[in-house]
Amino acid sequence: MQAKKRYFILLSAGACLVLLFYFGGAQLPASGRNRHDRSRHGYRSDQPWPHFSDPLHQFLPWDQPDTEEYNIHISPRQKRDVNTSVYKGKRCRMDSCFDFSRCKKNDFKVYVYPQQKGEKISESYQNILSTIEGSRFYTSDPGQACLFVLSLDTLDRDQLSPQYVHNLKTKVQNLPLWNNGRNHLIFNLYSGTWPDYTEDLGFDIGQAMLAKASISTENFRPNFDVSIPLFSKEHPRTGGERGFLKYNSIPPFRKYMLVFKGKRYLTGIGSDTRNALYHVHNQEDVVLLTTCKHGKDWQKHKDARCDKDNAEYDKYDYREMLHNSTFCLVPRGRRLGSFRFLEALQAACVPVMLSNGWELPFSEIINWNTAAVIGDERLLLQIPSTVRSIHQDKILALRQQTQFLWEAYFSSLEKIVLTTLEIIQDRVLQQESRSSVMWNSHPGGLFALPQYSAYLGDFPFYYATLGIKPHSKFTAVIHAVTPLVSQSQPILKLLASVAKSQYCAQIIVLWNCDKPLPAKHRWPATTVPVIVIEGENKVMSSRFLPYETIITDAVLSLDEDTVLSTTEVDFAFTVWQSFPERLVGYPARSHFWDSNKERWGYTSKWTNDYSMVLTGAAIYHRYYHFLYTNFLPASLKGMVDQLANCEDILMNFLVSAVTKLPPIKVTQKKQYKETMMGQSSRASRWADPDHFAQRQTCMNKFASWFGGMPLVHSQMRLDPVLFKDQVSILRKKYRDIERL
Amino acid sequence: MCASGKYTSRGPALIPRMKTKHRIYYITLFSVVLLGLIATGMFQFWPHSIESTAEWSLDRRSVHDAPLVRLPVSSPIPERGDLSCRMHTCFDVYRCGYNPKNRIKVYIYPLQRFVDEVGVPISSTGLSREYNDLLSAISDSDFYTDDVTRACLFVPSIDVLNQNSLRIRETAQALAMLPRWDKGMNHLLFNMLPGGPPDYSTALDVPRDRALLAGGGFSTWTYRQGYDVSIPVYSPLSADVELPEKQPGPRRYFILSSQTAIHREYRAELERLKEENGEALLLLDKCSNLSQGAASARKRCYKGQVFDYPQILQESSFCVVLRGARLGQATLSDVLQAGCIPVILADSYILPFSEVLDWKRASVVIPEEKLPEMYTILKSIPHRQVEEMQRQTRWFWDAYFSSMKAIGMTALEIINDRIYPYAARTYEQWNNPPVVKWSSVNSPLFLPLIPPRSPGFTAVVLTYDRIESLFRVITEISKVPSLAKLLVVWNNQNKSPPEGEKKFKCPECTAIDGLSLDQTHMVERSECINKFASVFGTMPLKVVEHRADPVLYKDDFPEKLKSFPNIGSL
Repeated sequence: MQAKKRYFILLSAGACLVLLFYFGGAQLPASGRNRHDRSRHGYRSDQPWPHFSDPLHQFLPWDQPDTEEYNIHISPRQKRDVNTSVYKGKRCRMDSCFDFSRCKKNDFKVYVYPQQKGEKISESYQNILSTIEGSRFYTSDPGQACLFVLSLDTLDRDQLSPQYVHNLKTKVQNLPLWNNGRNHLIFNLYSGTWPDYTEDLGFDIGQAMLAKASISTENFRPNFDVSIPLFSKEHPRTGGERGFLKYNSIPPFRKYMLVFKGKRYLTGIGSDTRNALYHVHNQEDVVLLTTCKHGKDWQKHKDARCDKDNAEYDKYDYREMLHNSTFCLVPRGRRLGSFRFLEALQAACVPVMLSNGWELPFSEIINWNTAAVIGDERLLLQIPSTVRSIHQDKILALRQQTQFLWEAYFSSLEKIVLTTLEIIQDRVLQQESRSSVMWNSHPGGLFALPQYSAYLGDFPFYYATLGIKPHSKFTAVIHAVTPLVSQSQPILKLLASVAKSQYCAQIIVLWNCDKPLPAKHRWPATTVPVIVIEGENKVMSSRFLPYETIITDAVLSLDEDTVLSTTEVDFAFTVWQSFPERLVGYPARSHFWDSNKERWGYTSKWTNDYSMVLTGAAIYHRYYHFLYTNFLPASLKGMVDQLANCEDILMNFLVSAVTKLPPIKVTQKKQYKETMMGQSSRASRWADPDHFAQRQTCMNKFASWFGGMPLVHSQMRLDPVLFKDQVSILRKKYRDIERL
Repeated sequence: MCASGKYTSRGPALIPRMKTKHRIYYITLFSVVLLGLIATGMFQFWPHSIESTAEWSLDRRSVHDAPLVRLPVSSPIPERGDLSCRMHTCFDVYRCGYNPKNRIKVYIYPLQRFVDEVGVPISSTGLSREYNDLLSAISDSDFYTDDVTRACLFVPSIDVLNQNSLRIRETAQALAMLPRWDKGMNHLLFNMLPGGPPDYSTALDVPRDRALLAGGGFSTWTYRQGYDVSIPVYSPLSADVELPEKQPGPRRYFILSSQTAIHREYRAELERLKEENGEALLLLDKCSNLSQGAASARKRCYKGQVFDYPQILQESSFCVVLRGARLGQATLSDVLQAGCIPVILADSYILPFSEVLDWKRASVVIPEEKLPEMYTILKSIPHRQVEEMQRQTRWFWDAYFSSMKAIGMTALEIINDRIYPYAARTYEQWNNPPVVKWSSVNSPLFLPLIPPRSPGFTAVVLTYDRIESLFRVITEISKVPSLAKLLVVWNNQNKSPPEGEKKFKCPECTAIDGLSLDQTHMVERSECINKFASVFGTMPLKVVEHRADPVLYKDDFPEKLKSFPNIGSL
């Protein structure tokens, strides 16, 4: 009994001792020096951040003098100058290495050095130069230029390459305008060589900007350099291949989940990732194939897997794999970029990037997370589960985005070069630069010009994205070419019926007639304002000038002799409100490929489809006036003015190139003027037999500039809902349309 | 308190029976233990408050409880920080691992009070209210883990928000002492006020090895793109002042300048603009008659006229945010809160959260050199865009600036997006204010494609038990050349679908619209529409007045030449 009690007491005493030690222990580390003890059971780390009850200081005291001292010492101008002198070379930025004063306001011009005799230039570089020379940025006067491009071929700076230009250093230094590279842009695809493939170009680029492929994040100077994609010698100059995706399939899975087919580097830089691919290859839906057979002495480095890999490699067709896989692996090559990237993009195969530290092409403006999966070389083994975890909705979006980006920025050399220039222009003009939405959504930055407006709601493309609607009225622009002599002229009838439309905000008469303006009282009195503008050069293109007086989003373009009823106008406008980015018109025309003559043909016959609407009576967004005037080259506009013909075809080309969709025909209307209907004997340009032949010529000329045929056929015409239905005419809102 | 208590109370009855020698021994032992316990308890709780008998896990605690750590003079100092660091070179991604939730885990070091060898603290303020808020927010979030071995990101509890209150060298030594420091790998530091006089560097001067820096006031030369995170400078007014949200629209002033410490060259420039444009500009400065302190921070003056700050910001369309000694300015936060569009003049400044936020939609950035042209530049912005930007500013503030929690969570989200880029938030999620998110339409099939006819279409026929009608539909549909597949959904549990090849005919078809003519049917459908609209929160259907016809529909044209000759004959 006693022993038992003794044990009890002993035990309790023991327990108390343990407790004592526990509490004491908690106290010890505070004064102790052993870090490890402290972190283990001192201030316990396995608890969330405590809520402290004591009053804490603010991090920014009220009375902390912010800039007093600074204010006295350094002038901000001095500080800027210091930056300019300190941040050079690898630390160049626009602020420190670019002379903005060379760039005139609202004008971004590019000068290309004249080509020197005896200098050989690769075809790719030649194409880059001629693209710039053919663009609206080009100037032949270096005094006007904001940016300079060398005529010395800098594309291939691999010393072992046959294209390598020697003595570039001296050649560049001797250029009279070089100015240590300030405001110069240097294009480069390959730099460095075996074994380390450095990113050095082998000559002093001074303060020049680089437009370079395979550029690494470490060497990339943000907002100064431009990362461009690696493209092959065969990359087309204009137009280019369309995206492979013709229609969306749901669910969006293809035969393979993930594929790759390419060289394997047995040793040296960049070999690790490709050598490890076989771990992930499963022969079923993840097919990653490599070959050792490349280079002269591959047999020397050959490893145990080579024979097996090579055999497997030959079993599969690369293009078949590309087109039948949901994801395509894009591992780095010797350099960071690889051809696989553009190939996958074109094939609508979502690229899975395995190239750590690669500054992706046009990263400054493209949000690649929406079109590619950015993997990590270190996590290669996780890649299959990562791509499998991506939801099918996301795959569908990724795939469509590959197609959008491919066609907007990559499909031709011209697009790559123009995108590069536009990016730099955005930096230079600052206020007039594109927002991320403009770059990353249809129709893309090359078609969305920020000089028109920085506000997305002013463009026809973003209404749905912003959740807003276009203006509820239109401006009519009547192109007048004959003098006003009688009160029965068609233009007066037209004015009256257009003015009666409930959606008409104002009418602009563009006076492109040689006779002086008629007196004000000669115009009929209307409820809407009629503004008469005298055409400056009286040329055809002036009907598509972006007049500031056009205040509505919609423009109703009219010829002076167009015959149109108020109902027709009203109906077409309501249709346009549903399709604000398209051309909405009445009489339609079509194009076709004439295989005998190997050229495009034009037809005005009644056919089951159409691809153009005539702009003598059409509604469209006013942005297309801006685009017509500022986007199209002088050569095409000049052709239109000279012929006084084809302006409508050119407008149709432009809008379809932007939207990738056909125009919209409304109502049965086949002609829109009396001359067309054969009721008038007056001489008209439509009666001219040359007129038709000219239009054929125009089509082919336009198609070659656009690098392909942008027109798209449609078999659909839009009519009022109750059109020709067996119901009382009184129930029909647009009943007049049936009577015509 | 402990098990011994119970037996102590019974003690007197037992003790007499024991031998005295033993009794004394036990009593002594017991008293020593008890006294020890009491002493420990007293030592533990006495200096602070009697009430805090509370346990460690309870909320109320003091920073003074944090263990004191003395830094030896020779304690190692981290390297200065590597400008070439990027996620793939300086960040250990293996710590984050594959994670089905695509969520990084963040560990917070427990609070310690670092002092140098002679006992002087490394920071004059210690843990600030803001940093405490930030750490609490992280610890309350789903990023938090208390398991140091599972953490992907480590956040020290050493407060470096304001470099001015830090002793650089000692702070660096303290960082290096953190048990998992490992050259700063995967460590994240938050700093809002970098640099110090005279030349105010644009990133925290504390040597920090490879640690990531969430910094306010980066310049393009110190910011490591894709590695650091640019954060705003938190404005203490955010917590104290409530500004009601103001509808977008024109305001009393066009441009307002409210900063107090503007370089005199710039102030002169602003005065000149004011002279040219008069009432459209309001130039405020600090009030000379008020003493320094919290009260003066809430007042601004113009020629003796006193204005409430930040309320006055709501009266202007545009508000100037000029660089001071530092690039990042707390004013930016006030301006956004007021729904005023910031006009940012701070060359080379990396705007807060610029990795994900589209600042073009919420601000105007003008090079310092173009300050004289500011008025002209702002005047050229269309009204609709101004309103759009006003809305955007307030939304940015609400979502990303309004509290230390918002700032901290945004920074972590950005890092999270880098580690799981395929699960990253989209541009729209980051940038579209709720009103746009509600009203915008983003089709899942956004690519303009005109699909070819070749894949054809699948017909899906829903049926109940009107077999004749079904057969008629099938007969008609199967004539269509583009039909690729026909799917009949048999929707009747009581009957099984008809078997085998039946002859498709329709002997006595009733009027097709027989059902729709039924009154109750129409009422039901109206009810459906109302119900659906209320669930959607809006009426998504749109009314149009057009319908699609074939190009030659009803044209006076030979029918056999038409692609779709029989349309409309029903």
